[in-house]
Amino acid sequence: MLTLINRLLPLLSPLIAIASALIVGAILMLIAGANPITAYSILFQESLSTYFGFGNTLTKMTPLLFASLGVLVALRAGQFNVGGEGQIYLGALGSTLIGLYVQGLPALIHIPLALLAGFFFGAVWGWIPGYLKAIRGVNEVITTLLLNYIAVNLVSYLVQNPLMATGAPSPYSPLIAKTSRLPIILPQSLAHAGILLALIAAAILWVLLVRSPLGYQITAVGFNPIAARYAHISVERTIMLVMASAGGLAGLAGSCEVMGLKYRLFEQVSPGYGFDAIAIAFLSRGSVVGVVLTSLFFAALRSGANVMQRSAGVPITVVYVIQGFMVLFIAISFAVEREIRVKTQRGAKV
Amino acid sequence: MNNLNFFSDYLIATLRLAVPLAFAALGGLYSERSGVLNIALEGMLLTGAFTSAAATFYIGNPWLGILASLIAGGLVGLLHAFLCVTLRVDQLVSGLAINLVAAGLTSFLARLVFSGSSTQQLPGIGTIMIPGLANIPLIGPLLFQQDFLVYLLFILVIFTTYILFKTSFGLTLRGVGESPKAADTAGISVTFVRYIAVVVSGCLASLGGAYLTLVQVRFFAEGMSAGKGFIAIAALIFGRWHPVGSALACLLFGATEALQLRIQALGANIPYQFLVMLPYAIALLALVGLAGKSTPPKALGTPYFGENRHSD
Repeated sequence: MLTLINRLLPLLSPLIAIASALIVGAILMLIAGANPITAYSILFQESLSTYFGFGNTLTKMTPLLFASLGVLVALRAGQFNVGGEGQIYLGALGSTLIGLYVQGLPALIHIPLALLAGFFFGAVWGWIPGYLKAIRGVNEVITTLLLNYIAVNLVSYLVQNPLMATGAPSPYSPLIAKTSRLPIILPQSLAHAGILLALIAAAILWVLLVRSPLGYQITAVGFNPIAARYAHISVERTIMLVMASAGGLAGLAGSCEVMGLKYRLFEQVSPGYGFDAIAIAFLSRGSVVGVVLTSLFFAALRSGANVMQRSAGVPITVVYVIQGFMVLFIAISFAVEREIRVKTQRGAKV
Repeated sequence: MNNLNFFSDYLIATLRLAVPLAFAALGGLYSERSGVLNIALEGMLLTGAFTSAAATFYIGNPWLGILASLIAGGLVGLLHAFLCVTLRVDQLVSGLAINLVAAGLTSFLARLVFSGSSTQQLPGIGTIMIPGLANIPLIGPLLFQQDFLVYLLFILVIFTTYILFKTSFGLTLRGVGESPKAADTAGISVTFVRYIAVVVSGCLASLGGAYLTLVQVRFFAEGMSAGKGFIAIAALIFGRWHPVGSALACLLFGATEALQLRIQALGANIPYQFLVMLPYAIALLALVGLAGKSTPPKALGTPYFGENRHSD
């Protein structure tokens, strides 16, 4: 019985947290003068059961999944990567540069090259705080946050000046070469091949984290860095590796936005995907499968929100409140779970 | 004379931009000196900004707006304390969750409250001239022709320094942040001290938000805290968790922001994005230790499992 409780808790508590957050959302909808049941059914029907709506959900899921994999891999090593947003911007920049300035390549080479550039640019942006943490002991939360602002402004400068398309009415770059664009997978919808790449990345990461010595090493550093050091694991190198990979994965989120969706670099590459990613990774409690499911859920929330606003009159911001409360509730559920575990263990002793 | 005017204006702008940061940094100081990490400053600023705007909008009196923001900020602090001290939730996660909720909730409520009145200009709080001193050139307009919140800030910086280093409460606060176990053994309630510190933190940060809405811009805009809470944390670290040091760091950040606005207005040939970046870059360099090593309170970020002492 006790083991059953202990086994069920990690599955149950995210569901309770999600349900509670949806209830808070419903209360706000009532305050705004809308019927929550109508609003939620419009939201989820649109985003999950219509062809175009689902295509839209997959499109939104791509950056969310990449960015939350980035948070997850860092979290495994005990590092809080709050810099997803900046890493997305850098990744988008890297892919744009290859898409714009490298011409005449076949798509089979051009696409991987542009993706690689996105990964590399994001990785550098993740490596910097990793290096500062490992070598200088600077808290990575603050540095990744500060780097977000620097990245956003860097991209803003570039698309307003050297990268700006000639005669563009607002700041954006020229279109990237056709050979560097990701193909559409659901005809006539927005859904592009980026989602397949993100799922492949998730699968690779699962194998790496759960089935390889490297994954064991990363988890060991996250669990107890001092013990890891005794086991001859270089904590510093692991932290730098993990933060660079985290940045690279988030960078691919930016790459896909450029290569699959907009085909050019805009000032606003990401409307906060990097921050949603933190919420997603926490809700999934370090599980790769959990991240896939939760980012689908968050993508559905985002893609249905517009339709909900139009047909049920509920402001989109309610979705952000729901996401915030999910993190809050999951944090509380961790604490409650720990208490229950302590109590059941004490009970078992008696 | 023209140059002096320009310089005087520049100093005033610097101070104005530094005030919200300094309130938040002082707030962060109380919390972090007691050992509770406060990433939630951003959300607390935003909460203060929104509640002061909403209350002023409904009641028409900015002083009640300030009072409302104090209460709301205190409640957010209470939530952070409950999560971090009582439930011992990871302090980073708690802070991030509060920031997310505050951002969503204030945007949502702002649409309900201010809808229909797109450019709602709020009544502000007036300037208080200090007789005699206000007429001193340069220093007068800077230090003695300000509003209530600025004077309050000056007093709070001095008061906090005194409290922290000259009173037994300050000793207790620092003790709890350095070694909660020792404090507990000495009969101090770690829980109580941390609750007080984090609630005070919320109140002070929300005053920074009230200054944003009631003095700086006189309206509420979604997400108007724009990372100021995080800059305040950087200032706190840069100022080595000392009230005067942190306030000076805030002035430095204010000075770069004021410079950026001025250069933009003059149409100088420097892309404004680089100047917007500047405070963040400086904060980053400060963290890397360009200004020497800064050591945080020893117990910062670690929850205290006090009751283990009493069990069994």
